[in-house]
Amino acid sequence: MNPFEYRRPKTLRETLRLLAAAKDGAKLLAGGTDLLIQLKERRTLPSLVVDIKAIPELQRLEHVSQRGLHLGAAVSLNRVLDYPLLAQHFPILAQACVQLGSLQIRSRASVGGNLCNASPAASTAPSLLCLKAQAVIAGPGGRRRILLEDFFQGPNQTALGKDELLVEVFVPTPSPSSRGCYLQLTQRQEMDIPMVNVACLLTLGRGGRCQQARVALGAVAPTPIRARRAEALLEGHALNSQAIQEAAEAAAKESSPIDDVRASAEYRREMVKVLTRRALQSCLEEAASP
Amino acid sequence: MTEYSFLGKSLPRLDAAGKLTGKAQYVADLNIPGMLHGVILRSPYAHARIRRLDVSKACALPGVVAVITAADIPASAGRAIMAEDKVLYGSHPVAAVAAVTREIAEAALGCIEVEYEPLPVVSDGVEAMKPDAPLLHPNLYTESMTGKASTPSNIANFTEFRRGDVEAGFAQAAVVREDTYRTQMIHHGYLEPQACVAQVDSGGKVTIWASVQGAFTFREQLGASLGLPLSRIRVVPMEVGGGFGGKNGMLLGPLCVLLAQKAGRPVRMVMTREEDLRMARPAPPTTITVKLGATREGLLTAAEVTMVYEAGAFASPLPPSGFVTGLSPYCLPNVKVNGYVVVVNKPPVGALRAPGAPQAAFAVECQMDQMAEALGMDPLQFRFKNIVTQGDRALNDLTYARIGFQEVLEKVAQHPNWVRPLEGKYRGRGLACGMWFGGVGSSAATLNINADGTFALLVGSVDLTGTRTIFVQIVAEELGVSPDEVSVVMGDTDTAPYADIAAGSRTTRQMGAAVQQACHDAKAELIRRGAASLGVAEGEVEYRDRRVQMKGHPEKFVSLRDLARASISTAAGPIVGRGASTRPSPAPSLAAHVVDVEVDPETGKVTVLSYTAVQDVGFAINPTMVEGQIQGAVAMGAGWALSEDYIFEDGILQNASLMDYHQPTAADLPMIDTAIVEVPSDNPYGVRGVGEPPIVPSLAAIANAIHKATGVRMSKLPMTSEAVWRAIRAQAKG
Repeated sequence: MNPFEYRRPKTLRETLRLLAAAKDGAKLLAGGTDLLIQLKERRTLPSLVVDIKAIPELQRLEHVSQRGLHLGAAVSLNRVLDYPLLAQHFPILAQACVQLGSLQIRSRASVGGNLCNASPAASTAPSLLCLKAQAVIAGPGGRRRILLEDFFQGPNQTALGKDELLVEVFVPTPSPSSRGCYLQLTQRQEMDIPMVNVACLLTLGRGGRCQQARVALGAVAPTPIRARRAEALLEGHALNSQAIQEAAEAAAKESSPIDDVRASAEYRREMVKVLTRRALQSCLEEAASP
Repeated sequence: MTEYSFLGKSLPRLDAAGKLTGKAQYVADLNIPGMLHGVILRSPYAHARIRRLDVSKACALPGVVAVITAADIPASAGRAIMAEDKVLYGSHPVAAVAAVTREIAEAALGCIEVEYEPLPVVSDGVEAMKPDAPLLHPNLYTESMTGKASTPSNIANFTEFRRGDVEAGFAQAAVVREDTYRTQMIHHGYLEPQACVAQVDSGGKVTIWASVQGAFTFREQLGASLGLPLSRIRVVPMEVGGGFGGKNGMLLGPLCVLLAQKAGRPVRMVMTREEDLRMARPAPPTTITVKLGATREGLLTAAEVTMVYEAGAFASPLPPSGFVTGLSPYCLPNVKVNGYVVVVNKPPVGALRAPGAPQAAFAVECQMDQMAEALGMDPLQFRFKNIVTQGDRALNDLTYARIGFQEVLEKVAQHPNWVRPLEGKYRGRGLACGMWFGGVGSSAATLNINADGTFALLVGSVDLTGTRTIFVQIVAEELGVSPDEVSVVMGDTDTAPYADIAAGSRTTRQMGAAVQQACHDAKAELIRRGAASLGVAEGEVEYRDRRVQMKGHPEKFVSLRDLARASISTAAGPIVGRGASTRPSPAPSLAAHVVDVEVDPETGKVTVLSYTAVQDVGFAINPTMVEGQIQGAVAMGAGWALSEDYIFEDGILQNASLMDYHQPTAADLPMIDTAIVEVPSDNPYGVRGVGEPPIVPSLAAIANAIHKATGVRMSKLPMTSEAVWRAIRAQAKG
């Protein structure tokens, strides 16, 4: 590891001042499950590491009724999972959080870190894309709020400026009549990065008619993506196995996976189809059961 | 069976608490005043000529104390640990640096200038054998029983076994099947990466603290490698965080000593996980073609096997034991085995848990299932008809003494996990067998009787699997004392009597026999002194319950405590029991595994539902530790079968981290059931080797289960989700 300065500011203002002064030499530390490995392997050589866990705004975890969930960027996954209202209002987020890493990793890692690391395979990203999550960003010019789908710009690249940081993710409460499902395919049950991950969230009206559909995919494009053609095929139509199959095939066509050590592009594309179909099928079955 | 007080009982492991609480000392915990940190410059090419190597800038960096290259290393050390004119595998060391901090040492690596001229990479064993393949070593001539080849090639060794007439054997067969199977390179997966600390005193004597399986074996290899007499080397074995055949010390040992000699200061070298994955000595990949013939009644008539074992870039002179073990569980009147060891541009391979045997068993046991299917026969019944028993000959001409293969298969036949029906779609139950001869060697032990009548055992064997606990059980049993009254110390090579390496499932058999003898020796001395003290002949007394007493008159006795106290204050002197064992007869162990899997036909993902390992262990001195070894071996085998792989591109490893080198975790496996069979061997207490046999059947057992679940025959490892998905798709397309 190379030497660096370590700071643990207690306010957002001080953090922003440190970031501005460090130019581009600073790295933010939340759980450290990505950063510490990068530091040890010298894949990043910051002059300053800013631990953001002592900043109150970044530890906020609060569900404001009807509106949504304020999920501070440094809140650990296990704290998120322990939050009583999570499974009730945001089941697809809970399903994603519980499959990330391992129990040990989840006690340190944060949703904010998972998003800012901007891996195309980030476990929490597809669910949050389906939930229309927003990134609340603080910078020298004040705060700005962008849709999460605009946050990801490429592998390990986000919309954050050098002097900005993610304060929280705001997750609007989905309609009570919505049904969702998150699935990921890994070689190992735990401690693994998905070869493919898929989330979907459907708002179903009378007669199983799909009023609104969201389908998001991970690990099959430079960033986590929405499968908009699949969504369009579902919206306004009765949800049945034919519609589901067509949407799954559309999602596979929308993916642009690569070959790497974890899987081939061909396998990934096929698995988008399988996982999307299964996720949608699960929504349909859940809607059918009382 | 003899009733024992402490043997056959699951005493808790003596080393468990220290390891679980982090108090156990490993090499990386050592800090010696003035110690430097050593690191290695690794080749970025798998095959290249070194055009220029300039270390002057690294030497000039403040904080750098010593830099070594091949020029500093005697030829006797070989070129596998440091490249001379050519690098032959990705991460082949090119130079090593010792500096006051690890950071400075790593920075110095960046200052070393190397010009490489890349050469064509030979990455597949079968390709390497072709006459037009680029040669790794211009002076490598195939060694075989008939002598040395006249032209160089990449084939380092050719071994053949012949028995009977295979042509005639196949002519008698009603069913003949021939298929080819491939296994991949895997890492041992020990938790603790390779590490050592070397110090050279003013007289030039080397002390080296190392994570090794055999302190004495390491000392001999180090001495031969560096041209030092054994009296000039002291090896201090530390706690070992997993060995599995991979910790012989020679990866870092010679480099660490040479750096310490050149620097004149102690040097510590500790590999990172990435370095360990790139530079360790993994299990050899294999390509094995098996042809079996059997009569309609299911009796094997002939076997013809061609085995290609990749050696990596440097070949060991010994043929892999897999050449022999694969077919050895079965009676075969006609056999032809052609075994090849071939060099390729990959890390040199090494020993890994029953070296070479799981690969051979994968091919043979899958083919046994194929034969059973072709014959319309139950796979267990087919094996029953063909197994070896006492008096049969193995391929290496060993005549089997009493072995428990029949008993193991009978246990399988009655086991609820074999008997109960397996229901559900895409589920299958697989069976496979495996055998392992086990290693032999020499070891000695010393048992001191303390002045208060307690015991101190000194051994030079390294404890990988809980052997210290086993030895305490033996001393407590033999001397009739409580385990609390026995201490055991793993000495270093200057203090302990000789011990062979903890490998080959040997230590309990080999050192256990020496410890038993040391106990007998101490007891005989107690009886001599007790008889003298009572003024009677030795034959009139016996040792029992911490006393030497008159036979038939237990009220006439002298206590162990009094004899012990007298031993340090009288002319008779201290009581020391000595024991030694040399080359015990091999005690082959047979194992059979039953596994249930479920396959997701759309993703190819394999889930292990239940796993049962049945094994003849001779006698389980500590049943819980035996079960733990069996379970650990199965977990290792499951990773080999399903997910672990070295993924190379142009000979460079692409997945050198545990994130993408997929060892299974506890979440990937069910509770592994064990069923211990005890058919005593000729060894003391009847023990057989335990640690290696249970990995041997595991690869084939899982492949056979996947076949039953899907109809797909996976002939190549690992059987990842994608690989199984591809096989299912190919089958559907016909």
